[in-house]
Amino acid sequence: MSISREDIEKVAVLARIKVDGEQVSALEKDLGNILDLVDQLSAADTDSVEPMAHPLDAVQKLRPDVVTETNQREAFQAIAPATEDGLYLVPRVIE
Amino acid sequence: MHNKSVAELSRELESGRISSVELTQQFLDRLKTEDGKYNSFITISEEQALAEARAADEMRAAGKATVWTGVPFAHKDIFCTSGIRTSCGSKMLDNFVPPYDATVTANFKAAGAVCLGKTNMDEFAMGSSNESSFYGAVTNPWGLSGGDKRVPGGSSGGSAAAVAARLVPAATGTDTGGSIRQPAALCGITGLKPTYGRVSRYGMIAFASSLDQGGPMARTAEDAALMLNVMAGHDPKDSTCIDREVPDYTATLNEPLKGLKIGLPKEYFSDQLAPAMQEQVRNAIREYEKLGATVKEVSLPNAKLAIAAYYVIAPAEASANLSRFDGVRYGYRCADPKDLMDMYTRSRAEGFGNEVKRRILVGSYALSAGYFDAYYLKAQKVRRLIQQDFINAFREVDVLMSPVSPTPAFKQGEKNTDPVSMYLEDVFTIAINLAGIPAMSVPAGFVDGLPVGLQIIGDYFSEARLLNAAHQFQQVTDWHQREPQ
Repeated sequence: MSISREDIEKVAVLARIKVDGEQVSALEKDLGNILDLVDQLSAADTDSVEPMAHPLDAVQKLRPDVVTETNQREAFQAIAPATEDGLYLVPRVIE
Repeated sequence: MHNKSVAELSRELESGRISSVELTQQFLDRLKTEDGKYNSFITISEEQALAEARAADEMRAAGKATVWTGVPFAHKDIFCTSGIRTSCGSKMLDNFVPPYDATVTANFKAAGAVCLGKTNMDEFAMGSSNESSFYGAVTNPWGLSGGDKRVPGGSSGGSAAAVAARLVPAATGTDTGGSIRQPAALCGITGLKPTYGRVSRYGMIAFASSLDQGGPMARTAEDAALMLNVMAGHDPKDSTCIDREVPDYTATLNEPLKGLKIGLPKEYFSDQLAPAMQEQVRNAIREYEKLGATVKEVSLPNAKLAIAAYYVIAPAEASANLSRFDGVRYGYRCADPKDLMDMYTRSRAEGFGNEVKRRILVGSYALSAGYFDAYYLKAQKVRRLIQQDFINAFREVDVLMSPVSPTPAFKQGEKNTDPVSMYLEDVFTIAINLAGIPAMSVPAGFVDGLPVGLQIIGDYFSEARLLNAAHQFQQVTDWHQREPQ
């Protein structure tokens, strides 16, 4: 199965990865090959099969809804690209 | 000292013939002079290692030593280490110094082990050759005398190469589709991927959360057992980690193998496997027969679909996991973003390498509107069929044996231009991750002077039996003791 340039450009936006024209051409070939590999799945008969999400069919454990963590904002923000007054800085969103 | 196993080093420290500070300094000196040939480390944390060694010597003086106290080892650079850069082999995390420890990291610290540094790996653990690392390819210590630089396998290639080159006696690894077992095989060491949920994933940078599992890489099965004793166990910080008692994995190493029922999956011994590889694996199985095991053929009819299912599930989960790298809270941010979208898309375009981007895009595509049922849901159904094959096989036999990889270590540059040919490297290992069962790679011979691994696959939570089977094999063979020249 092939994947079109338009599909690649669309999915790159969804994935928030900038791609230029030359990269799209390379991706067209590589992703097409990967999807060809994956297409073997369509031959499998899975009509009565339940999808498997966890090998041991475990369910999420719940813990009591109490505060267990201490505030470590300074340690966490020390490794951020840009912060000010305890806030993460990003380019202006609203003019 | 560098040729000794973890168990032997532990006895040296126990006897008082050497201190941990002396031992650690010896390993650090050797690491600094030798690793230029292999590039197996991304970070050598000398200062912290010596501090841990001093603390280990004090722990011993206070009578609180464990088997691991003062013994040097290394972490794959995917396990968060507080205060020590954890890059996951990516430019995205080149500047990331975690403010916390992974549970596996904390467990080794509590045991008093000395971490020498962080080993090289394929970027975000995506690869089978260690060529996708931002820090450059790792060179396999085997095959250098032939004049060719060969890959160590991946993604835990730095850990495998470092252990094979005797730079460390042991190192942690992670395995999503074969990333412990295949490099262990290609470097001639012993590696174990535990049952999904046996080892905590907390602080282990996520690739595909329903498949990822940390595990030991060492030269002997005994050392792997010592590592798993430290690594395994329930962790409230990982909701997928199983709350189940951890046995002492060293306690059953010496059980006799008489009566062990071995199954050989016929799909893993096809004509496509090179006769020389086939011969080495069959020779190893004959050793097991000499030890009293019986052998029969079994079938895993859906195994052929494993790679296809994996390359939907793993990229889909990766695309979700790696969405956290947004240039806001940590990691790489592009220069002079003109708006928020530009910051996201350029930070990710510049911070991720090509293979990581390919997988994020494949995963995003498979999860996007209109394709979810055809890809992700279909793959999860096939995953259950694959699991059922193993469940059926373990009704008849105790363990399965097979090759680990279709070929021995290949040359650098040979496969990294074609993603699909690289993916086929994991044809014998991937189904095990999909099923969530444990499996080992054990050194079992050589082809053209390059190591060959035997894969031993077990039922859920049968790690003790796998380690027992590997240890008994290592009592009657010396493949695991061979040293690259």
